[in-house]
Amino acid sequence: MEARHESPAHKHAADHGHGHAHHEPGFLEKYIFSTDHKTIGIQYAVTSLFFLMFGFTLMMMMRWQLAFPGVPMPILGGLLGEARMPGGVMTPDFYNELGAMHGTIMVFLGVVPLGVGGFGNYVLPLQIGAKDMAFPRLNMMSYQFFFVGGVMMMATFFLPGGAAQSGWTSYPPLADIAPGQTGWIVSMIFIITSSLLGAINFIVTTIQLRTKGMSFWRFPFFVWAQFVTSFLLLLALPPLEVGAFLQLMDRVAGSSFFLPSGLVVSGQILPVAGGGNPLLWQHLFWFLAHPEVYVLILPAMGIVAEVLTNNTRKPLWGYTAMVYSIIFLGFMSFIVWAHHMFMTGMGSGIAAFFQTTTMIISVPSVVILAALFLSLWGGSIRFTTPMLFALAFLPMFGIGGLTGLPLGLTSSDIQLHDTYYVIGHFHYVVAPGTVMAFFAGIYYWFPKATGRKMSETLGKAHFWLTFICMNGVFMPMFWVGLAGVSRRLYDGGASYAHAQHVLWLNGVSSWSAWIMGAAQLLFIFNFFWSIRGGEKVGRNPWNATTLEWEAPSPPPHGNFVTDPVVYRGPYDYSPRGYSSDFRPQAQEA
Amino acid sequence: MSAELIPYITEARPDTGLTNGKIGIWCFLASEVMLFGAFFASYIVLRTSAVEWPHGSAILNVPLATVNTVVLISSSVTMVMAWASLMRNDISKYRLFLGLTVFFGFCFLGIKTVEYSAKFEHGLLPSTNNFMAIYFIMTGLHGLHVIGGMIVNAYFLFAAPSYWEHDRELLANRVENSGLFWHFVDLVWIFLFPILYLL
Amino acid sequence: MSGSAAHDPAEIDKHVRTYVMVFAALLVLTGVTVAVSYLHLEVHQAIAVALVIATFKASLVALFFMHLISERQVILWILALTGAFAAVLLLLPAITNHDHIISANMPAGMTSAAHAPESAAHH
Repeated sequence: MEARHESPAHKHAADHGHGHAHHEPGFLEKYIFSTDHKTIGIQYAVTSLFFLMFGFTLMMMMRWQLAFPGVPMPILGGLLGEARMPGGVMTPDFYNELGAMHGTIMVFLGVVPLGVGGFGNYVLPLQIGAKDMAFPRLNMMSYQFFFVGGVMMMATFFLPGGAAQSGWTSYPPLADIAPGQTGWIVSMIFIITSSLLGAINFIVTTIQLRTKGMSFWRFPFFVWAQFVTSFLLLLALPPLEVGAFLQLMDRVAGSSFFLPSGLVVSGQILPVAGGGNPLLWQHLFWFLAHPEVYVLILPAMGIVAEVLTNNTRKPLWGYTAMVYSIIFLGFMSFIVWAHHMFMTGMGSGIAAFFQTTTMIISVPSVVILAALFLSLWGGSIRFTTPMLFALAFLPMFGIGGLTGLPLGLTSSDIQLHDTYYVIGHFHYVVAPGTVMAFFAGIYYWFPKATGRKMSETLGKAHFWLTFICMNGVFMPMFWVGLAGVSRRLYDGGASYAHAQHVLWLNGVSSWSAWIMGAAQLLFIFNFFWSIRGGEKVGRNPWNATTLEWEAPSPPPHGNFVTDPVVYRGPYDYSPRGYSSDFRPQAQEA
Repeated sequence: MSAELIPYITEARPDTGLTNGKIGIWCFLASEVMLFGAFFASYIVLRTSAVEWPHGSAILNVPLATVNTVVLISSSVTMVMAWASLMRNDISKYRLFLGLTVFFGFCFLGIKTVEYSAKFEHGLLPSTNNFMAIYFIMTGLHGLHVIGGMIVNAYFLFAAPSYWEHDRELLANRVENSGLFWHFVDLVWIFLFPILYLL
Repeated sequence: MSGSAAHDPAEIDKHVRTYVMVFAALLVLTGVTVAVSYLHLEVHQAIAVALVIATFKASLVALFFMHLISERQVILWILALTGAFAAVLLLLPAITNHDHIISANMPAGMTSAAHAPESAAHH
């Protein structure tokens, strides 16, 4: 049978040759064990949205304790048992559990699977004109690893000692001996495997399955973003996996990779061989975790670029500079990690090295942000819901990025390290930054995936409430941090004299968080209702230029009716002397 | 199902000159370089920050490990010879060489089992000290990779007749890619052996 | 056809000859590695020699068994990138560990300075 060699031109022959065209997939094959990148993308997206909501709920619980330390929590306070919430007040250990799991779930089960697994899987093959990913079955497996890892991670809440409670950063010696960590490690190994398999798939697909005429310099910026992200995942995840194995050995095999000699626990010297190095974990962890934060932001930048250019009816300004910047950014992200470790007793020589690389890495971020801002100039802006979220991303990411600078400078980091300032900084980038960009992407690509638009009214309400509340939650944290309140404190600083004057800000953050939580109900309702009740649309409701809009809404198995051919770059909006304000990539004349 | 829709499984894409599987396996190997690189980096950190660190040759069995090194190198040769035989359309030589590769894999694992049991009998465990801990985790994970490679190779040994009938190109491709993984496993041992046993 | 080899039997024969020569070289180098270990060189020299020989052996396997010597640009670039980051991973943690703040007030046994007194001169 020659079918395996068939080029796309002989597609129909291949279909008939195998007789698969006549085989109607059953429910299981179509929805549960699908190898179609679109189905897998939706699986990733829906699963990760659930995890985002769950991780957010954990934080809303924490915020009760921070706003009203020692006060019994209404409703939930009575439901979680006396072990964790005696008299409705959470124990410090439970607070730590919530904190560690909030971080872990948001980063590894929420943002990355949504940004890469969800958006990447769904949109990337469409945008390069491919029929599917290079390895469809591997794609399915990578979702399954993610799903199993996610279920295992949630299951750790039911372990005897509770879930992981040593921070999402799992620093030893604490993480070597604290409860819940073994379950965390095993779940992480599944989740890491999922991302590694996905990264391989994305890289090969992008290089090999581009349609005719789709050269690298004609990629939509979203594709570049996913491509670079995949390299970050591929090369940075393994060291964390190694760290996880070493920590697992420390916990179950009695080794002392991270345990120094003479460590005293609860008044007793720990009966281990010792000689280990806790900082080794930090190196292995942050070697991944720094590129990981770029994994969190890059897909978001890609989404914003798409939505922005489409809704300004202008080509992206500085596309070339943006591409070089994102490649440079990806490269630099591997050599800045120890700026998370400035306060570990690092000497000034090596600290200067990491400070320098950290300052350098801010340059490509600024170039990208500036190019996005400049893209607005002279544009004919359509204030659709996706555009509102994309526009808001710009100043939010700006604040997040700028507040990172004092953290990257060793001298100011002395004051700010491990305070609420840090929490404010990174949340600005990820929450009003990435998550809002994700909302933009969902409102933007929902019509492609379902053939219907989401409600603009509900969308705008969702946007304004979310945008205002995001700032309400995180802006106060800069002041709280500058006042000297450390992060991960059970009482939010209430027992510190130097923090008394900023404690009221904890209340501001908490109320903003709860209102924002309620506002998400608008989104959830809009999302599910619009699947059946939203305004019906055709294949290109936004009048966009990129290839995904050539396919029907929703695209069938195999995506395109005929293989698209690419004739120009991705953003030919408002071409001079042309009859329409956009000329699609796949349009010949 | 969509596997039939995907191009460049057996024929190379003209502008890159590569098949999907070739890039795929090299990407996977790149991640494995980072995996074992992280182990070696951990070894460096642990050893340079340790108060004392034993000489590998004083504790570990150098002659046995030397034999194992020769075994793995030989298996790498037989692996690439298996692929070459496929390219020469010689299925019986292919099965002979691939069979030898799997056999050498068994030898390697057998010797490792002997080594490990000797260590356990002498009470040398991961909990004994960090040298033993890093020895066990690195050779252990390497051993798991050997097992993985052997399973894949065994599959290509037994599934060969079916491939031979329907899609020889695909078999050659997949065996080459499997071979790349196997050579990588050999490569890691080439570094592991002197670092753990001789230094 | 994927990879570098052609179906041409003469080509394959040339490759096979190369494989046999590389095999011989690898066996010899393995012997050298073990022999050198019996010289009981000083630690730093021993490490250097062992790593040089191992790198050479690994290069033979990579270039000839894994066909890297005739591989395409895409693969070589991916590997170059990987090599760069692997080098960073191997070197920087150890260097960072070695460059540390020395405090005169720290108990002698707790700093690595107690075991690496020359680093005190750097600060």
